[in-house]
Amino acid sequence: MHLVQLSASSAVRLAGAGAAQPASGVTSLAWLLVVLPLLGAAILLFGGRRTNRFGPALATVLSWASFGIGAVIFLAMLGRSADQRVEVLSLYSWIPAGGFQLEAGMLVDPLSMAFVLLVTFVGSLILVYSLAYMEHDPDRRRFFGFLNLFVASMLLLVLADSYLLLYVGWEGVGLASYLLIGFWNQIPANASAANKAFVANRVGDFGMSVAIMLMFATFGTVTFAGVDAGVAGANQGTLTAIGLLLLLGACSKSAQFPLQSWLGDAMAGPTPVSALIHAATMVTAGVYLVVRSHVIFEGTPTAQTFVVVAGAITLIFGAVVGCAKDDVKKVLAASTMSQIGYMMLAAGLGPVGYVFAIFHLLNHGFFKAGMFLGAGSVMHGMNDQVDMRRFGNLSGAMKITWFTFGIGWLSILGVPPFSGFFSKDKIIEAAFIGEGWRPWVFGGAALIGAAITAFYMSRLFFMTFQGEKRWPRDAHPHESPRRMTVPMIVLATGSAFLGLILGPTNAIASWLEPVTGRSPEGEPVIAVPVLMSLTLLLVAGGVALAWVQYWRDKVPVAAPAGSLLTRAARQDLYQDDVNEALLMRPGLHLTRSLVFFDSRGVDGAVGGLAALIGGTSARVRRVQNGFVRSYALTMLAGVVVILGAVWVVQ
Amino acid sequence: MIASLSGLTTEFVATKINYGAVLPMLVVFGAAMIGVLVEAFAPRAVRYGAQVGVALVGLVAAFMAVVLAVGHQGSTLAGAVVIDGPALFLQGTILALSVLSVLAMAERFDGIGADAFTAQGAAAPGSPQESAAVRAGATTTEVFPLTMFAIGGMLLFPAAGDLLTMFVALEVLSLPLYILSGLASRRRLLSQEASLKYFLLGAFSSAFFLFGAALLFGYSGSMDLGVIAKAIGTQSGMDGLLVPGVLLVLVGLLFKIGAVPFHSWTPDVYQGAPTPVTGFMAACTKVAAFGAILRFVYVGVGDSRWDWAPALWAVAILTMVVGAVLSITQTDVKRLLAYSSIAHAGFVLTGLLAFDRVGVSSVMFYVVAYGFSTIAAFAIVSLVRDGGSEATHLSQWAGLGRTHPIVAGAFAFLLLAFAGIPLTSGFTAKFAVFSAAIGHGATPLAVVGVLASAIAAFVYVRVIVLMYFTESGGDSVRVVPPSILTSAAVTIGVAMTLVLGVVPAPLLDLASRSALFLR
Amino acid sequence: MTNPYVPLLFLAACGVGFAVVSVLGLSFVGPRRYNRAKVDAYECGIEPTPQALGGGKVPVKYYLTAMLFIIFDIESVFLYPFAVAFSKLGLFALVEMVLFILTVFVAYAYVWRRGGLEWD
Repeated sequence: MHLVQLSASSAVRLAGAGAAQPASGVTSLAWLLVVLPLLGAAILLFGGRRTNRFGPALATVLSWASFGIGAVIFLAMLGRSADQRVEVLSLYSWIPAGGFQLEAGMLVDPLSMAFVLLVTFVGSLILVYSLAYMEHDPDRRRFFGFLNLFVASMLLLVLADSYLLLYVGWEGVGLASYLLIGFWNQIPANASAANKAFVANRVGDFGMSVAIMLMFATFGTVTFAGVDAGVAGANQGTLTAIGLLLLLGACSKSAQFPLQSWLGDAMAGPTPVSALIHAATMVTAGVYLVVRSHVIFEGTPTAQTFVVVAGAITLIFGAVVGCAKDDVKKVLAASTMSQIGYMMLAAGLGPVGYVFAIFHLLNHGFFKAGMFLGAGSVMHGMNDQVDMRRFGNLSGAMKITWFTFGIGWLSILGVPPFSGFFSKDKIIEAAFIGEGWRPWVFGGAALIGAAITAFYMSRLFFMTFQGEKRWPRDAHPHESPRRMTVPMIVLATGSAFLGLILGPTNAIASWLEPVTGRSPEGEPVIAVPVLMSLTLLLVAGGVALAWVQYWRDKVPVAAPAGSLLTRAARQDLYQDDVNEALLMRPGLHLTRSLVFFDSRGVDGAVGGLAALIGGTSARVRRVQNGFVRSYALTMLAGVVVILGAVWVVQ
Repeated sequence: MIASLSGLTTEFVATKINYGAVLPMLVVFGAAMIGVLVEAFAPRAVRYGAQVGVALVGLVAAFMAVVLAVGHQGSTLAGAVVIDGPALFLQGTILALSVLSVLAMAERFDGIGADAFTAQGAAAPGSPQESAAVRAGATTTEVFPLTMFAIGGMLLFPAAGDLLTMFVALEVLSLPLYILSGLASRRRLLSQEASLKYFLLGAFSSAFFLFGAALLFGYSGSMDLGVIAKAIGTQSGMDGLLVPGVLLVLVGLLFKIGAVPFHSWTPDVYQGAPTPVTGFMAACTKVAAFGAILRFVYVGVGDSRWDWAPALWAVAILTMVVGAVLSITQTDVKRLLAYSSIAHAGFVLTGLLAFDRVGVSSVMFYVVAYGFSTIAAFAIVSLVRDGGSEATHLSQWAGLGRTHPIVAGAFAFLLLAFAGIPLTSGFTAKFAVFSAAIGHGATPLAVVGVLASAIAAFVYVRVIVLMYFTESGGDSVRVVPPSILTSAAVTIGVAMTLVLGVVPAPLLDLASRSALFLR
Repeated sequence: MTNPYVPLLFLAACGVGFAVVSVLGLSFVGPRRYNRAKVDAYECGIEPTPQALGGGKVPVKYYLTAMLFIIFDIESVFLYPFAVAFSKLGLFALVEMVLFILTVFVAYAYVWRRGGLEWD
């Protein structure tokens, strides 16, 4: 019987410099971070129509309050020396029975604080933006309630001190994401998109829950500190299994290969949701999970390699898909996939990459959220048009949107001195460190990805804001109201300067050192100046190609047939078909053969997946036929089989 | 020897009865008898009120008697009844769940009698007698004493010290349920069919139980679980009877929890029975039956588990997989919940197969958590109506989230609990049984369990999608405003589901402390 | 010494054999003369009375009365040994037996008051 009592006092060392210590001072208010937005969600969702009037504003205020508390805790943490920055706040004894003891507690350390600031700051900005964007939606209150629920769950996810509590937040963000994707559920496609996201996430949840139970069986505890302490003594096979299962969870949440297909469809949700959940925060939870579990992954090179491979494949995959899409939000979604691929790649590289994974994650949070809000602003001005072929030359009509989007674009391209440059370039460098084939393959993938990124993001930018007008006749593009542009300006400022502040000063590396340890020095297989020049050259090439095709030349309003690759990429490289062939068809056959029902009628209540799950009352079920004699025969057969089997075995 | 043969010549020694220990059962049976007398002598107008009052007072008094019985633990009635930690925990659970069930059964909306039950069970559906009974204002208030008798049997079931008492308890709890299943006020033919099916298959499974008990008697020379346990260590020349005996007794018990392949009755009966009765069966019968399985397996035949546990493993795996997979194709809410209850029985078996004290406490926690959620879920099902009858077809639930946000919200929350989403009791319970299984060498079972719950989660979410993301087909479906009775049952069920997810500590602690069987 | 269950098995075999032989033998040896009485519910008994209203169902009152009889029959099975050993058993057994009889009378009272004993 495992009797493990883990509380603040007995928390074991964390990798890196500082040992965890009980929370004191303002850190002991960390619970408020989660409770405030949760309170908002509760008031809005249960308050009914009474809260219609003040609800959205209240939600926004509570989110800012959460940011305020986060900032105060952050400042207090800054005031302490590096080895005193890891604090554990134990809340209450959650599951204390028998062999399983678990305290619900919060781990307030530099890594979680980085996420807290990102989530609350970007989240609050997006709530402000939504006040204008959703102004005329009759269900506004519900929307803000869900967003607050999301913020609370995301904060719980990053502040949890154990895998189990993390899992609670993990499910919470999944639920919120699901509710928000299907928010405009009048459109059947949206409900089926929500469903698809849910199914992909269940695959990941399976990985997570088995991993957690395996951890419990192996280490007797599921707190981060306890698991990290136990890794040294664990057997390699178990560690690999845990690592791969965690990776499965991370892949589903972060839309990594092979579970990436839901993210494109998730764009069915309102644009602020895409910006916050499906770009800046929730989809990066997988990266957080891998970095948070770095001790496990360092113990199992096999699983670590899988992380890098998943990242490398996704970053190319997303970039290729992004080149072919004409829906502005889908291009951004593909780009998100690809950028998270970079982060995964970095996180899988080991200690040389953790810092840059998180660094890129923060930068990405700003520039991608900014661009999504920009896309929302464009849609706002263009009657919810999303087809880039009907945009063009919007730079004059929407100056602020154009300018802020431009900064995001330069940042994601990795043009110095914008934020993306400092993190992305470092990831490419880190990918080229190593021996044998690995640096060439992974570094090469990162490099090619950068070139394709430059092409498709420039394509997006040029098709939307430059070239000639291809507007529909009834379009009168106009700049969005101030409540939308101000958040965009703030995010653009971050996209421009965050990297410059954190990167060259080494601030981010030293800040994360208590969690991830010191990054080892390594020399890339290609000299750094050469590599940097090569990257910039490829990026310039990508931009130039896009310029030729989508600014200089005329862009047809109807999409051309395109090459084989283009057509494949438009279909998400046939990922849906692969999923259907690999997962749904066997599932369907399994279900059918289990119930013997005829396939005549399948009700369409749920949309796309109805084929798998639907059924009609008219179908014939030979097993469950309602005849009591058959039931009795089933029982008898069961008894005979059981007795027979036992008899044979004996 | 001679003295016992010529028993009449010796002094009669009355069996020692620890009345404190058996008081809960006496109270419940006493209340049931009073119920029968009320039925016989009280005028029709006051019967409903009197019956509900007697039942509720009896249940509450019995619950207090359970609390008092903590000080009277031990074996009593010559070993026929054993009152120990698990017995008291499960009896308390059954009584608490029964209160909710009786509240749900007593719901009468604006009618004169309990709404879910027919005016006259003996009248053929659609016959002149039936309409005459309805006109005369007849009500089937017998359901309350019947329920009390069933509860009494359920209290005895997990406390039975020998196989004979266990069998009597099995029959005492089953017979009223057979009748209750056939008393639905609407779709009466379906209900009567369910009743007959349940009765026939129940009798069939009882035969297996008896046959197994006979084999075990042949093996050990006693029906007493303690004696059987002792006999397992010794060679008797009848060793071949042990394993078949154990398995046959288990068949009888597994039938009651609806384990595959003894589950086929579950969907039909759950669908046909009056909805509050279905909730009562799904919650209380399962608690009692798992209690009996726990006692039989842990006290009686645990030492020979290497011989028969593999069969139980197979049953557990089949139950989880079949329950989860078949729930995918269901289009009726009650059938869906029935298959869900089959899958849940599989999850509980997983914890049971840990063969450890942790296994006992996790099983006990699970049945409490599941019981509260399932009673509330069925109570909600009884509120959603299309015209006069219950709207149980899934398509009728489309768009309920928009038209009736509170009821749909509560149901969605319960479904999330069935799916095992964190911060609901379902998560804590699943975690308890699976970690008990993993901690004691049943890891493959837990993996299958997690997979099956992933499949099942899809089903529950399908219903949530239906309620929230699908336009309703017509506006004839509505939620009948419940009276205080159903509201209380639903509210308490939902609240417990939440509380056991957020602060499960006290109950887990209690389950853990009372997980030790008296041998 | 042979296993004590061997005679039991022999007995079981005899029972099964008898059933099989009589059923099979009947279909080989017996004469086949069908008439209306052959398809009645009770070939060798009285006609079920009164005739069921709707169509061919046997009235339930017959069984109700039979069941009541069995209940009191069982009661007397317990009463008999109690009466024989009454002097040895003492007050405790008397109280128990009174409780037992009362229990059965509760059921009887229910049947009586709810009209179960009225034939029509």
